[in-house]
Amino acid sequence: MTDPLLSVSDLRTYFHDGEVVARAVDGVSFDVAEGETVAVVGESGSGKSVTALSILRLIRPPGRIETASSIRFQGRELLQLSDGEMRTIRGNRIAMIFQEPMSALNPVLTVGEQIAEVVRVHTDASRHDAWERAVEMLALTGISAPRERASEYPHQLSGGMRQRVMIAMALVLKPALLIADEPTTALDVTIQAQILELLQRLQEQLGMAVLLITHDLGVVAEVADRVVVMYGGEVVERATMTELFEAPQHPYTEGLMSAMPRLDRDAERLVTIPGVVPPSTAWPSGCRFRDRCSYAWDRCATEHPPLYPVGDEHESRCHLAVEPLRRSESHTPLTVRVGADS
Amino acid sequence: MTSARTNPALLQVTRLRKDFPVRQGLQHSLFGRNAAAIRAVNDVSFDIARGETLGVVGESGCGKTTMGRAILRLIEPTSGSVVFDGIDVATLHGAALRSMRRKMQVVFQDPFSSLNPRMTVGAAVREGMLIHHLAEGRAADHRVKTLFEEVGLNPDYASRYPHEFSGGQRQRIGVARALSVEPEMIVCDEPVSALDVSVQAQVINLMQDLQRDRGLTYLFIAHDLSVVRHIADRVAVMYLGRIVETASADDLYSNPTMPYTQALLSAVPRPEPGRQTARIVLQGEPPSPANPPPGCVFYSRCQHPLKDDDCTRVVPPLEEKTPAHFAACIKQPSQLP
Repeated sequence: MTDPLLSVSDLRTYFHDGEVVARAVDGVSFDVAEGETVAVVGESGSGKSVTALSILRLIRPPGRIETASSIRFQGRELLQLSDGEMRTIRGNRIAMIFQEPMSALNPVLTVGEQIAEVVRVHTDASRHDAWERAVEMLALTGISAPRERASEYPHQLSGGMRQRVMIAMALVLKPALLIADEPTTALDVTIQAQILELLQRLQEQLGMAVLLITHDLGVVAEVADRVVVMYGGEVVERATMTELFEAPQHPYTEGLMSAMPRLDRDAERLVTIPGVVPPSTAWPSGCRFRDRCSYAWDRCATEHPPLYPVGDEHESRCHLAVEPLRRSESHTPLTVRVGADS
Repeated sequence: MTSARTNPALLQVTRLRKDFPVRQGLQHSLFGRNAAAIRAVNDVSFDIARGETLGVVGESGCGKTTMGRAILRLIEPTSGSVVFDGIDVATLHGAALRSMRRKMQVVFQDPFSSLNPRMTVGAAVREGMLIHHLAEGRAADHRVKTLFEEVGLNPDYASRYPHEFSGGQRQRIGVARALSVEPEMIVCDEPVSALDVSVQAQVINLMQDLQRDRGLTYLFIAHDLSVVRHIADRVAVMYLGRIVETASADDLYSNPTMPYTQALLSAVPRPEPGRQTARIVLQGEPPSPANPPPGCVFYSRCQHPLKDDDCTRVVPPLEEKTPAHFAACIKQPSQLP
């Protein structure tokens, strides 16, 4: 088997404040193969965004990527590169787009200048050639009149248009991996549909892999090949997209799916996950989800569950994997099976 | 739902309009050119029965929030009438307006900015009772505690400050504050959109319980179509300042009639792998409300197979297409692809 494009292994990113340590990302491992889309799903405080920033080494003190963490990209260990070497990877081989394009764009430069700048920093293209590539890229993202738009400033563009500019800037050097952190969360649903379609088209054209960070399971079902579910700084479930929706194994994943109001039917009452995510300075012992889990038993308090294999390419960090009878004994199943009614 | 519809209307909104003037250059004011205006809310009419939930959906800039604020008179409507419980809200002043506000409360989207950071949350919930002379002293303290319990918060938390709470807890505080003056109706403006899915479900269930227990009426404004389907009895879809379709929630979601509603529903990503039905991807973005197109406001993005020049001539009225299902489209409904 060939090496994956990106291999994150036992990643730990901690934030230190005197004696207090916030273990935001705490032993996360997953791979991304060339050309595929992997979604990292989780709610606020799950550690998904810190994971994305860690891959690009954009963690600032008091945050720190702990030793023994490993991030291999195209065969190189990113955590051992010099800052200069890392800069040649960032924006060139790995690009990132963010939720809020307005705060990620420079308000005093035209969007064309900003895209051309990326080209000039990373290649020896002339000013003119860099500008031409910026215009070309804007055209590729479906912006009409790209030459005129290139001379406009970010505030002159709508939210959806700005996200297209961000995408143009991220992809102008044809990176092998795009990290997209909630790329459509700030957008209206009809614009979101346009942007998701655009990302998929460009991914095919450019043959890049996408690491999609999102809280929206609907978006995951639309675009992902594989899914990593995060909770409490850890991966709690890993599966192919279809498998995850058809047979979620971790109680948290189950809970998330049934807590979502659905467009295609109306339930009398939503299933809730009681309580809130614990703070990252004080993860509970044993299973981090146990305080909110309706299956939890004594083993969950004492023994931190490993990622158990529960099927082909499917793992779950829950002791139910080895004590499956408890699922039916203790509990009426939470999950309304997805798609079962249609 | 059906039972609520037979109740008399608690709120009647008729031809509500809100314009915002656009600041123009000196020469325009000197030479007396008519000031341009953004028609944020344009000729909107609907009513809500006592105990009913009307959901209002639409994308950013469609005017749904402005409409909610105009109904509450947090901003002054340009024209039209808002009749609450038989009283025209637009004519009220002073004490009468305050007493109307007691009956019509609001819960905002952002639980972080809608609470005073220097006031304990207990004091925030108590304030309304004092202003409206509903309770004082110990009686007020007691009511704060009861309210905290009712919204699922530990009553001992009343002495804490907003920053000590999570987003979901703050939204519960926002609900407790609205309830403190015993309103009949609550305008909910995106009350759960800042919350994570698991917490969102908790707050939605709470709001439904409170409605059942207290007979509350909700005007529920949101961009999330799934949330609105779940909570609303009836739904109104807004586009560029106008209501373009309205029907019962079940009817609207299963038989969307107006091409915009069809596109909106088909654009929602659904957690169903392999659902490969054709999606209507709308081209472009909504036109500017400062310069709305003549005729149908949706014309420029409409995918209706029968659309033609007639659509640009008259503003399509909200017509009853099937019983209790109104849509603003002059063409026969087309099927979803």
